[in-house]
Amino acid sequence: MASSYNAKEEDGHITVSGPGTMKNKKPDNTAFKQQRLPAWQPILTAGTVLPAFFVIGLIFIPIGIGLYVTSNNIKEFEIDYTGTDVSSPCFNCSRHFSWNSTLPCTCSMPFRLEQPFESKVFVYYGLSNFYQNHRRYVKSRDDSQLNGNIASLKSPSKECEPYDQTNNTPIAPCGAIANSMFNDTLDLFFIDPNGTRIQIPLTKRGIAWWTDKHVKFRNPGGNNPNLTSVFQGTSKPVNWHKPVYELDSDPENNGFINEDFIVWMRTAALPTFRKLYRIIQKNSSLVPTLPRGNYTLEVVYNFPVRSFDGRKRVILSTISWMGGKNPFLGIAYITVGAVCFFLGVVLLFIHHKYGSRNSSADISN
Amino acid sequence: MLRRRLNRLLGGDERRVDSRTIYVGHQPSTTEAFIPPKFCDNRIVSSKYTVWNFLPKNLFEQFRRIANFYFLIIFLVQVIVDTPTSPVTSGLPLFFVITVTAIKQGYEDWLRHKADNEVNKYPVTVLENGRRIRTESEKIKVGDVVEVNEDETFPCDLILLQSTRDDDTCFVTTASLDGESNHKTHYTVPDTEKDLDSLSATIECEQPQPDLYKFVGRMYIYKNGQEPDIRSLGPENLLLKGATLKNTLKICGVAVYTGMETKMALNYQGKSQKRSAVEKSINAFLLVYLCILVSKALVCTTLKYVWQSKPGQDEPWYNQKTQREKESNMYLKMFTDFLSFMVLFNFIIPVSMYVTVEMQKFLGSFFITWDRDFFDPEIQEGALVNTSDLNEELGQVEYVFTDKTGTLTQNNMEFIECCIDGFQYKYRNAETELDGFSATDGPVSKLLEKAGKEREELFLRALCLCHTVQVKEPTGLGQDQTDSIIGPPHEQRGFIASSPDEVALVKGAMRYGFTFLGLESKKMKIMNRNNDIETYELLHVLNFDPVRRRMSVIVRSKSGETLLFCKGADSSMFPRVRQEEVEKIRMHVERNATEGYRTLCVAYKKLSSEEYARADTDLQAARLALQDREEKLIAVYNQVEAGMTLIGATAVEDRLQEEAAETMEALQGAGIKVWVLTGDKMETAKSTCYACRLFQRGTELLELTVRTLEDGARKREERLHDLLLEYHKKAVQDALPIKSGGSRGWSKANQDFGFIIDGASLSMVFNSPESSSSRYKNLFLQICQNCTTVLCCRMAPLQKAQIVKMVKSSKGSPITLSIGDGANDVSMILEAHVGIGIKGKEGRQAVRNSDYAIPKLKHLKKLLLGHGHLYYVRIAHLVQYFFYKNLCFILPQFLYQFFCGYSQQPLYDAAYLTMYNICFTSMPILAYSLLEQHICVELLLDNATLYRSIAKNAMLRWVPFLYWTVLGVFHGLLFFFGVRFLFGNPALQDNGQVFGNWSYGTIVFTVLVFTVTLKLALDTRHWTWINHFVIWGSLAFYVFFSFFWGGIIWPFLNQQRLYFVFANMLSSVAAWLVIILLILLSLLPDILLVVLRKPRGPHARQRKAGESGVGGAKSSARPLLMRTFSDESNTVV
Repeated sequence: MASSYNAKEEDGHITVSGPGTMKNKKPDNTAFKQQRLPAWQPILTAGTVLPAFFVIGLIFIPIGIGLYVTSNNIKEFEIDYTGTDVSSPCFNCSRHFSWNSTLPCTCSMPFRLEQPFESKVFVYYGLSNFYQNHRRYVKSRDDSQLNGNIASLKSPSKECEPYDQTNNTPIAPCGAIANSMFNDTLDLFFIDPNGTRIQIPLTKRGIAWWTDKHVKFRNPGGNNPNLTSVFQGTSKPVNWHKPVYELDSDPENNGFINEDFIVWMRTAALPTFRKLYRIIQKNSSLVPTLPRGNYTLEVVYNFPVRSFDGRKRVILSTISWMGGKNPFLGIAYITVGAVCFFLGVVLLFIHHKYGSRNSSADISN
Repeated sequence: MLRRRLNRLLGGDERRVDSRTIYVGHQPSTTEAFIPPKFCDNRIVSSKYTVWNFLPKNLFEQFRRIANFYFLIIFLVQVIVDTPTSPVTSGLPLFFVITVTAIKQGYEDWLRHKADNEVNKYPVTVLENGRRIRTESEKIKVGDVVEVNEDETFPCDLILLQSTRDDDTCFVTTASLDGESNHKTHYTVPDTEKDLDSLSATIECEQPQPDLYKFVGRMYIYKNGQEPDIRSLGPENLLLKGATLKNTLKICGVAVYTGMETKMALNYQGKSQKRSAVEKSINAFLLVYLCILVSKALVCTTLKYVWQSKPGQDEPWYNQKTQREKESNMYLKMFTDFLSFMVLFNFIIPVSMYVTVEMQKFLGSFFITWDRDFFDPEIQEGALVNTSDLNEELGQVEYVFTDKTGTLTQNNMEFIECCIDGFQYKYRNAETELDGFSATDGPVSKLLEKAGKEREELFLRALCLCHTVQVKEPTGLGQDQTDSIIGPPHEQRGFIASSPDEVALVKGAMRYGFTFLGLESKKMKIMNRNNDIETYELLHVLNFDPVRRRMSVIVRSKSGETLLFCKGADSSMFPRVRQEEVEKIRMHVERNATEGYRTLCVAYKKLSSEEYARADTDLQAARLALQDREEKLIAVYNQVEAGMTLIGATAVEDRLQEEAAETMEALQGAGIKVWVLTGDKMETAKSTCYACRLFQRGTELLELTVRTLEDGARKREERLHDLLLEYHKKAVQDALPIKSGGSRGWSKANQDFGFIIDGASLSMVFNSPESSSSRYKNLFLQICQNCTTVLCCRMAPLQKAQIVKMVKSSKGSPITLSIGDGANDVSMILEAHVGIGIKGKEGRQAVRNSDYAIPKLKHLKKLLLGHGHLYYVRIAHLVQYFFYKNLCFILPQFLYQFFCGYSQQPLYDAAYLTMYNICFTSMPILAYSLLEQHICVELLLDNATLYRSIAKNAMLRWVPFLYWTVLGVFHGLLFFFGVRFLFGNPALQDNGQVFGNWSYGTIVFTVLVFTVTLKLALDTRHWTWINHFVIWGSLAFYVFFSFFWGGIIWPFLNQQRLYFVFANMLSSVAAWLVIILLILLSLLPDILLVVLRKPRGPHARQRKAGESGVGGAKSSARPLLMRTFSDESNTVV
C-alpha cells in the first residue's frame, strides 16, 4: 500500500544539502559502543568447580547433622481429640454437635508424657483437611475493617460475602475466616501421682506476630476502652457464640487484637496445619515445665470438623532456634552435602582419568 | 489510501483504457459529452493515521498481532470473570506495551506527516494563461505547466517542454530515486512552440507504472487547425518527481503523473516484512507453552470437579458460597473455572518477552551502527541498519549470494590494454606495473608490432565517439562527488557517465591521443593526435541494454560519411561482424577474460545513404510506437547492427575488493556456501572466483553452460539432461557416503566441487517442459547443494532472485543472504532472508532496499561471524531463558492447586506476579542479551569454524528447548516441594509462631528470583560492570521492594497480605536455610554440566587458536580483477 513507505525516504528528496555539510559520522570510540567494555570472564572448569563441590559437601553435612540433632531434641507430643472413634472421650461431643446448643459440650482426654518437657512448651492446635487456603476463603476478609476503619466496620467489603451481613446488620469481623474461628477451649491438667488435678497455667499472649498485633490489627474507635459501644450496630459472626468484644476480659487482648483471633486470621498454607494456641512458660530452672506423668486435656468442644472429614489435634512442643520439630531440613542438608561430596569424588576421579590430558592446564588456572 | 481507492472507483473508466490523455493549454471540444478525466491530486500521503483515526486504527493494528490479542483476551477474562488475580496484573503490562508502541508509531507517523507536508506545501510555479502563479506543490493538477529552477526537485512527473539550455536538454540527478549521482540528460519534446502559452497539445501516455526507466507516450501538437504534429515521448522526455534539476537554469514541463501516481510514489511501496527464523522458533515454543497452559487448566478444572464431588469438600460449613455462585449454572461455572485457571497460569506466556525481544533487537542493532570496524574513511560512513528484526539471522546464514561487480570487485575501472586488428597495445602506468601482470602477457604479445595507422585511428575514434559520456562543465555545481569517483584528480578533464567502463574507455583513448571534447547541439567534438578538432554529427544513439549487451552510435563525419560504431560484449558482437576478423581478436579477448579483465569488442560499419535513410525512418517509427516500443526498437537495432567490421577489443580492469579473498575464505570456513551470481561473462567471473579463492586448485568444476551444452549434433535438451545426471552422479551420489559422516560437506578431505551455470542454461532448467521441469530443478538443486561454490554467470536480475528463491524454499529451508551493490541486485536482496547492500558506486538503491548496509565487502565477515554469531547466541539464550523462567515461576502455582482444593488460589502475591517479569528478572537478561560475548569477537573472527557450532538454529532446536523445559520443571518442582516439606511444620520461628500461606509463597518466590537470576549469572561469560550492576541490582531491588511492599499498610489495597511477611521470613533461620539449600540444589545440575562438558572457556579457545597458527592471514596473490562490458552497468541516456 502506498501508506507504508518510510518517512526517512520521503524527506530525503526535499533536503538539498550542500556539499560542505558532510558531517564526520565516524562512530565514537567508546568502550561501550565498540563492545569492548572491560569484562570479567569467569571460566567454570572442573578445576574451579571441583573444590566447590567438596566445600559444599564439607559445610552442608555438619549443618545437616546439627539440624537433624536439633530437630530430634525437640520434644513433641500430639493428641487427636476429634472423637471419630467410639472409644474416644470426645465421640459424643463430635457426634451430637449442633450449632444451636446452648450448653457447651466438654470432654477430657487423658494422656501420659513419658518424657519431661524441660523448656518452654508451646501448645498448638492442629487441623486436618481444613482448607484455609481455599481462594474463596482466603479473600473473605476485610483488612481495613480489622485495621480499625470505622467505615469498613459499618459496611464491610464485598469480599466478605456471604459473611458480610446478617439481617442487614454488618458483621464484625466479617468474612469466612473470622466466622470459622477456632473456638474450642483447651485446658491442661497435670494429674499428681496422688490424684489431684493441677491446672497448668497457659499464657495467651505472644502467640501472634508482633506487627499483626500492633499495627495490622486495631480496634475501631482508637483507644476507646468501651469496645461494646464501639461495636454497636454490628453483629457477631454467625457461628460465634459471643461477640468480638467479649473474646477476652483483658482489654489489651480483646476485640480485633485478640491474639487467638489474629493467629486464626493468618491463613495457613496447607490444608493440614497447626496454629499456636498457648504457651506454657517455664517457671524455674529446676522443675521441668511439663514433668513426666499423667495429664488430662479438657476440651470444650465447639468446633465441628467431622462434616468435612477433618481432624483436630493438640500438639505440645518445645522449640529450638530453627523452630518446631522438622527433620526435613537436617536430612535435606545431609543428603545434598553427601551428594556434593560424592559427586566431587566421582568427578575428581573422572577428571584425573580422562580429562587430565587435554585440560590439565585448566585445573592450574 | 482511501483517497486512492476512491480515485480508483471514480476513475474507473479511465483505468480501463491503458493510456491516459492529458490536455495541455486547451480543453477538448465541448460538443461531445465529455467527462474530464479524474486524476489524483499531487498530494503525497505516506502517513497512516490522522488525529481522528489514530486511536482506533492504531489499536486495531496492534491487536492484530496474535500475542497482543491473546493478552487482551486474558485481560478481558480477568475483568469479566471472577478470577484469582486482579485485572491489573495483566492489564498493566499490556497497557504499558500498547502505549509505548502507540507513542512510537504516533511519533513516526508525525514525522511522516511532517515530511508529507514539506513536500506537499513546497512552493512551485505554475504557468496558467500566460501568468506565472506561485502555488503549493499539492495543488498541481495533471496538465498543468510547471516551471522548475536549478537545484529544485521536480514536484511531479513532468514531460519536458522547454529548457533554457540551447541544445534543448536539461540535466538531472536521480540520486534520491535510484541513487545514481551522475547527471542524466533529458530532452525536450522536439519542435515544441517556444511560446508555451499558445501551446495546445494532447498527450497520450501509458498508465502510471513503477518502472523508472520505462515510459511511452505520444504528443499531438495542434497548430491553428492544421493536422496535429505527432511527437513520440520516451523516458528521456520524462522528468521524475524526486529528481533534481542540475546545470540548467530553468525548465518548463507539463505534469503527467501526480501525487501517489508518480513513479517515485509507486516505487516506494513497501518492502515485505521479513521474519527471522528465531521468531518462528519462538512461535513454535509458544504453541508448546500454550498447550501446557491449556492442559494445566484442563487438569485443574477436571480435578476440581472430581474433588468437589466428595461430600463436604465443595462447600464446608466454614466456607459457604455466595448467593451468586450458588445460582450460577454448573456448566457455565466449569467454563469460568477453566478461564480462571487460564488466567492464573497465563504468566507462563509473558508479555514482557515480546517487549524484551523487541528491545534487544532495537538496542542491539546500534552496536552494528556504532562499530568502528565498519567505518570506511573513503565514504565517511559506517554500517547502516534498516531492519533490526534480523540481527540474529546474521548468525544463521547458510548460503551467501554475492554479486560480483562492485561487491567482490571494486567497480573502479582502469583501461589496461586494447587490441587493434589482433595487435596488442598495452598502456601501463607505474601503478599497474607493480601488480605484476607483465608475466601474463604470453606469447601473443606483439607489443612492438603495430596495426596500420588508419585502423588505429579508426579504433580510437570509435572509442571516442561510441559512448554516452558527458564532459563535466566547469560551471557545474555539485559534480565534485561524481568527478572524484570517476576521474583521478590529475586529469584536467572530468567525465560523467553512468557506467565507469565508458569513462575508462574514453580516458584510454585520450592516452593514445584522441580526446573527447564534448557534445554540443548534437555535434560531437574530438581532438585528434595532431590537435585538430574533428566534429561529428550525432545522428542516433542505439542505447545499451542488457539483452543486446551492446550499444551503438550513428554519426556523420564532416566529409559526409555516415558511420555506425558499436561496442559490446564479445558474445553479442561476434555473430554480427564479418567472420574473418573474429579469430584474431577472439584470442585476445579470451586471454584477457581469463585474466579477469572486462573485455569489449569494437566494430564499425559504413552506412550508405540509402541504408541510413531506411534505418532512420525505422528508428523514428519504432520510437513513436505506443505499444511494444521496446520490442520494435530492439528489432530495428538488431537490423542496423549487422554486418559490421570488427576493429579491435579493449580490456578494462576492475580491482578485487579489499580482503575479498579472506572474507570469502572465512565464509567458507564458517560452513557457508557462497554462490556468485553475476551478469558478467563466465571467464571473467570464473577468474574472479579463483582470485577470491572460492574455487581452489583442487576444485573440480562442473560446467553447465551454453558451451558445454552445445555438443555435436544433439539437442540441447538431451544434453542438459545427460549433463545434469552426470553431475548429479558425481557430486551427489558418489559423495554421499562421505557426506553422511560430516554433514553439509564440511570435511575438506573429500573432493570439492564447483558448479558453473549460465543464464541461458538456467532458464532451460527452469523453463523446460512441465514433466521434467521439477525433476531438473531438483537435480540442479542437489548438485548445487553439494558443491562448495556455485557460480552463476550471465544472470538477469530476476534470475538472481529466482535462484535465491529456489534455494530458500529447498529442503530444510536454509537461511540465505544476498549481498550486492547495484540496482540489479535489488531483487535478490529483497528475496533473500537477509539482504545486505554495499554502499558502492552503483547508486544507493541496493542500500535502500537492504536490511543492512555496509561500506565494503570485507565487513561482511565481522557482520556474520562476529555480530551475527553473538546476536544469535544472545537472542537464543534470551528466548530459552524467558520460557524457562516463566515455567519455573508458574509451575509451583500449578502444584499449589493440588493443596488448596483447586480453588485457583495464587501462590504469590499480586505484586510479585506483576513485577516478576517486569522488574525482578527482566533487566539481567536484557543486559545479558545485549552484552554477552561468550567468545570474544577476535576469536570468532579468527576461527570461522565456530560459526558452525550455531548453524541450523542449533540453540533453538527441540533438544535445547527440552533441556530448558526440563530444567524449568525441575526447578519448579524443587521450589514447591522443598518449601512444602518445610511447611510440614509451619512453626518456623524461634518463638513458636507459625507462617501462613503468604509466607509460603514468599519463600518460594524468593528462591525463584534468586535461582533464576543466579542461573543467568552462571551462564554469563562476559561480566561487564553493567552485568554486575544489573544482576546484583535486581536482587537487591527485590529485597528492597519486598521490605518496602510489606512494610507499609497500603491504603489502596483491599488486603494487606504481605504485611511484614518478608521481614518475618528473614527472621526465621529455617527459611534462610531452606532458601540457600534450594538455590544451591537448583544450580547443581548446571554446575555439573559445566564440569562434564569439554572446557569451553575463551582461554581454551584462545589456546587452540594459537596452535592452529596464522593460517587465515595469507594475503591474496592476485588482487586485481576486472570485468567485461556487461549487463551490470545500467547505461541510461
